[in-house]
Amino acid sequence: MSDARSNILGRLRAGKPDLPAAATPTQIPLASWDTQGRVEQFRNKMESVRAEVHVTPRDSWLDLLRRLVAEKQISNLLYAPDGPLGDALSQAWKSQDQSPLIARTAAVDEWKEELFFNVGGAVTSTRWGIAETGTLVLWPTPEEPRSFSLVPPVHFAILQARDIHDTFADLVEQESWHQGMPTNALLISGPSKTADIEQTLAYGVHGPIELIIIVIAENNAFPVT
Amino acid sequence: MQQTVEFHARADKALHNPQIRSNFRYAMDGLMYKRKISFPDLDELNLLRLRSAEIRANSLSNLPELLEQLEARCNENGIQVHWAETAEEANGIVLGIMNRHNAKLLIKGKSMVSEEMELNHYLEQQGIECLESDLGEYILQLAGEPPSHIVAPAIHKSRQQIAQLFKEKFPDIPYTDDVDTLTRNARDILRRKFYEAPVGLSGVNFAVAETGTICLIENEGNGRMCTTAPAVHIAVTGIEKVVEKLSDIPPLLSILPRSATGQHITTYFNMITSPRKPDEKDGPEEVHLVLLDNGRSRIYQDEELITTLRCIRCGACMNHCPIYTRIGGHAYGTTIPGPIGSILEPQKAGLDQHGDLPTASTLCGACAEVCPVRIPIPNLLNRLRFERVRQDQTGVTRGQGSQRDPWEARIWKGWSWMHANPAIYRLGISLATSLRGLLPKRVGAWTSVRSAPRLAAKSLHTLAREKGFDHE
Amino acid sequence: MSLRTTYPKLPGRVYFFGTCLVDMLYPEAGLAGMQLIRREGVEVFFPRNQTCCGQPAWNSGYRDEARKVASAQMACFPQDYPIVVPSGSCAGMLRHHYPELFSGTPQHNAALAFSERVFELTEFLSQVLKIELSDLGKPVKVALHVSCSARREMGVAGEHQALLQQLKNVELVEPGRKEECCGFGGTFAVKHAQISAAMVEEKATELVATGADALVSGDCGCLMNITGHLDYRKENLPGDHIASFLWERTNATDS
Repeated sequence: MSDARSNILGRLRAGKPDLPAAATPTQIPLASWDTQGRVEQFRNKMESVRAEVHVTPRDSWLDLLRRLVAEKQISNLLYAPDGPLGDALSQAWKSQDQSPLIARTAAVDEWKEELFFNVGGAVTSTRWGIAETGTLVLWPTPEEPRSFSLVPPVHFAILQARDIHDTFADLVEQESWHQGMPTNALLISGPSKTADIEQTLAYGVHGPIELIIIVIAENNAFPVT
Repeated sequence: MQQTVEFHARADKALHNPQIRSNFRYAMDGLMYKRKISFPDLDELNLLRLRSAEIRANSLSNLPELLEQLEARCNENGIQVHWAETAEEANGIVLGIMNRHNAKLLIKGKSMVSEEMELNHYLEQQGIECLESDLGEYILQLAGEPPSHIVAPAIHKSRQQIAQLFKEKFPDIPYTDDVDTLTRNARDILRRKFYEAPVGLSGVNFAVAETGTICLIENEGNGRMCTTAPAVHIAVTGIEKVVEKLSDIPPLLSILPRSATGQHITTYFNMITSPRKPDEKDGPEEVHLVLLDNGRSRIYQDEELITTLRCIRCGACMNHCPIYTRIGGHAYGTTIPGPIGSILEPQKAGLDQHGDLPTASTLCGACAEVCPVRIPIPNLLNRLRFERVRQDQTGVTRGQGSQRDPWEARIWKGWSWMHANPAIYRLGISLATSLRGLLPKRVGAWTSVRSAPRLAAKSLHTLAREKGFDHE
Repeated sequence: MSLRTTYPKLPGRVYFFGTCLVDMLYPEAGLAGMQLIRREGVEVFFPRNQTCCGQPAWNSGYRDEARKVASAQMACFPQDYPIVVPSGSCAGMLRHHYPELFSGTPQHNAALAFSERVFELTEFLSQVLKIELSDLGKPVKVALHVSCSARREMGVAGEHQALLQQLKNVELVEPGRKEECCGFGGTFAVKHAQISAAMVEEKATELVATGADALVSGDCGCLMNITGHLDYRKENLPGDHIASFLWERTNATDS
């Protein structure tokens, strides 16, 4: 046990204030929406910070993704062959596509130069969404490491509408996060940005320049873009 | 006193600099407006502030236990926890980690604690390059200046100044003052550094004791880069940043970005609970958490002053401060400026070092009105005004009594005697009113920009008597 | 202590705490305040032993000295009548800071009871007297400056506005950045004169820009600060305390 540790804790214990604890914590009223409302709120918030949101039925998300990759002329698309989207992507990607898929399963250290300088975009699944703030929640896995949603200049995120929660508070409680946190949990609420120069917003700093979200609706009830 | 002279000199310099005046006026007006419209429901805001204050007060009430719990959880998860009483100790810990890895480059996310430590300067003296990656901090590093605001560090610089700076430092890149191009250029320059750097450093916005989780708030992605790409991640924090539960985080995340910049949320909220696990493919192999005291445990000893430590570093107080708006951040001469700086820094370094700051306020209360964790800043400023001149030495604050001036003390004693003795007071008033024609037209600094106040012919005491108000 | 949510019924009698600035520099404002209350049928008593709330010493960190003066003030207002104060700043001192000043002393309970009885003038006129004002004056455009204490400590910006809005020939305007401090701050104006000057310059500019014929405020510290600077700049914008203004506009002068 270091001296610093015992000194610091000793001083804190000696000075512990006699403050009454809050009787009952103040309740914060939380916003809520119906299923469609949640998707709309999510979309509005994301679009307000220049993320692109597409809502699509389950049977057409792959075609949509391929179309977007071609339109945006993404040079290549990084994905996780063993991840939740792996099989679907591998099968759907036609060999005559301009932008090849790049499958990587090795530790990033082994192909770091490629990741940083030769990857045009990446596609990942997402674990949840948050409607209130327009947020994607990722718990990166060995198959889909956190670098995929960080380093390439374009991030395509696939989100299931049914995984969108009303608020962060709801999500943390309903999914019992306190029972075990992953190595890294990420809340992503748009493409990277800054206002450090004269308070003027500029998009695309160190994280992705573009964030495109494909929201998979359960059926054709949602308006499709 | 010397520090008074120095503070006034810095403040005057800023007041007479049209660039500073207009940059800060424009920026603060913008930030105040954005915050206001991000809280359209005042009842919601009020409840959120109450809850946030409770969460932070609870953290402080249980601080030693929560720090122990945080350490235990972190250790279980593989995060190495270090304790540092002083900035020098903390710097030594960072250096030790760098040396163990033979690392000569440290890439930094935004961290006010690392500014407090003067880490960059320390490491540079040891032959280690310390590179800022937050765009604002990077700009300032190029310019060789400290930050002037805790959230928007380069707020004092104009676009043209930044463009000029980039041209000087990177002569091969064509001059541009277009914000998007400047930003893109910075991205390209720093990308290679993220790729190369062996060690990354971050601050900590919140540390959750329940799960041993380090939480980071940012917009640019450089924080994620610094905590993902290098093999080693060092997080530095003040000991007060711990919160008890994971469920404490959503209210704080709801109120902090809106209070700071009017954003409903920041681009990234990054929660780190362990280093790379054996089957994982990226992330640092080593994660370190450095807990810095540096005077906080001393502030902790006082039941009133302890509320200083609730601060979540949103910057709303300085955005709303009419003094900060006019003199800017550098004039304070402290790592953290503005209202929170004026109570925190004199307590950390001592009232003998920064004894003027608690007086550089009109106690207007704009700061307290917007503080998300309800720190009663004007009350604490007033308390520090007492501490700086107190005669006994029974308080906890460093430098207590150091600003006591015997002349000023005598004046207040005389003032008190006169005002506690009604007959003397009335005599004084009647003398003053009858001699009012002889009063000087110039009364020091007051009359350099104002005409002198004119004493009335008859005091209210006299009028009250004449009109029959002075008896029941 | 929080801002009031309930107000007492109309009392038969009140104390008036004039404040030292009013006493020396704006006594007509204090007189007007007392006359406004008396005109509504409430007796007003101005204890002659009152001097100053003690705020100057309190804000300078000289708490023992402030306490001596505060203790003397409390002794002047022994009966359980409301204490009306024509200043947000002094009212704030008496209401919110007296309990702090006497905390840990035998007078703490007395200070708490005393502070409960303190009302800022516009608060008292609006919420307790429920005064109704008839404007006898000519049309005029008036700029209102609400002191930081009135706004934040006493929460009476609305009461200032409501009273002026009752006057049908008064066009009420508020300056840009109305919530920003005018830079007085008591000893601040002396200790940090340059910063104070920069603040009052901008406040004066905002007020002049309203095109108002007159300035009205509930606090004499601010009034002295702002009108002093306006005068120095030779601007044509005279200032009045709100009590003086309300009395002049509503008092028949043919008697």
